[in-house]
Amino acid sequence: MPLNTTTAPPFVTVLVRGLLAGLVAGLLAGAFAYVAGEPRIEAAIAIEEAATHAEPAAGGHQHEDALVSRSGQRGGLFLATGLFGAAMGGLLATAYVLLSRRRRAYDDGRSGLLLAGAALLGAVIVPFLKYPANPPAVGDPATINQRTVTYLLMVVLGLVAVWAGSLGYRAVGVGAPTWLRVAAAVGGFLLVTVVSYVVMPSFQEVPADFPATLLWDFRLASLGTQVVLWTGIGLLFAALMHDRRRATSAAPVT
Amino acid sequence: MSSSTSSQPLVHPAGTARLLWTVLTTVAVLTLLAYLVAFDQGAVSRSGMYLHELMHDGRHLLGVPCH
Repeated sequence: MPLNTTTAPPFVTVLVRGLLAGLVAGLLAGAFAYVAGEPRIEAAIAIEEAATHAEPAAGGHQHEDALVSRSGQRGGLFLATGLFGAAMGGLLATAYVLLSRRRRAYDDGRSGLLLAGAALLGAVIVPFLKYPANPPAVGDPATINQRTVTYLLMVVLGLVAVWAGSLGYRAVGVGAPTWLRVAAAVGGFLLVTVVSYVVMPSFQEVPADFPATLLWDFRLASLGTQVVLWTGIGLLFAALMHDRRRATSAAPVT
Repeated sequence: MSSSTSSQPLVHPAGTARLLWTVLTTVAVLTLLAYLVAFDQGAVSRSGMYLHELMHDGRHLLGVPCH
């Protein structure tokens, strides 16, 4: 493997690229959420307010309209996804640098893409299938602390499941056929995921009269927001990590 | 490690210890930022519920349990 003379960028440079990729991907995710998700949130809030007016003694969650107006919250969506995206992009860049210390060759941001895919699977899809996103009017305020803790635990378990998959892949030797290595990866991932799903508590708090189609549309929009976020972070980060000189020097001579 | 002699990419020139502290600080700050968006209700941001309410829609659509 040819060692090239150009020096790799220092940590802070990689971190800034990750933050930038995350911020832009977060704003893109916000745009998706604004178009696909906001109409569903409005519809859900209308249902929530109708329920509150019907039984004023229930004392359910109030939307503090006095504090931030609905249009303010719609704009705040971009602030939330932008900041969250920047944080995730920075964490991805940090993981990339830590991983790259084990690696000698220039990888053209490939492990950044792999990490973004791993994060999408472990930190988004695995938790989502157990604890799907809920619109306003769904969810009992009395269990919010339990649901927050179990959700965070599920994010950790999802990442452990992906890690178990990569362990399985590497446990089967390099000489083994590809299908066997991938099967070991799938096995390791599924083992942790299925055990987590069985052990972790479930919450069934969708009101009986909440429209099923609205719930489905909201959840699809929520999942789509995260898919846009992580796809964007992975692609933008890999694009920023691309180094034309190193890419040409590493290209096979044919 | 034995491989530290070769010119590995992305290794901080000032050494592993300094990189470790930079990484730990970075992870702490970024985790705090994600916490502010996803979970804080004024305890950290000192803005009362203002930031919490401002980012209400984002929290729902990012899939974080909200209420």
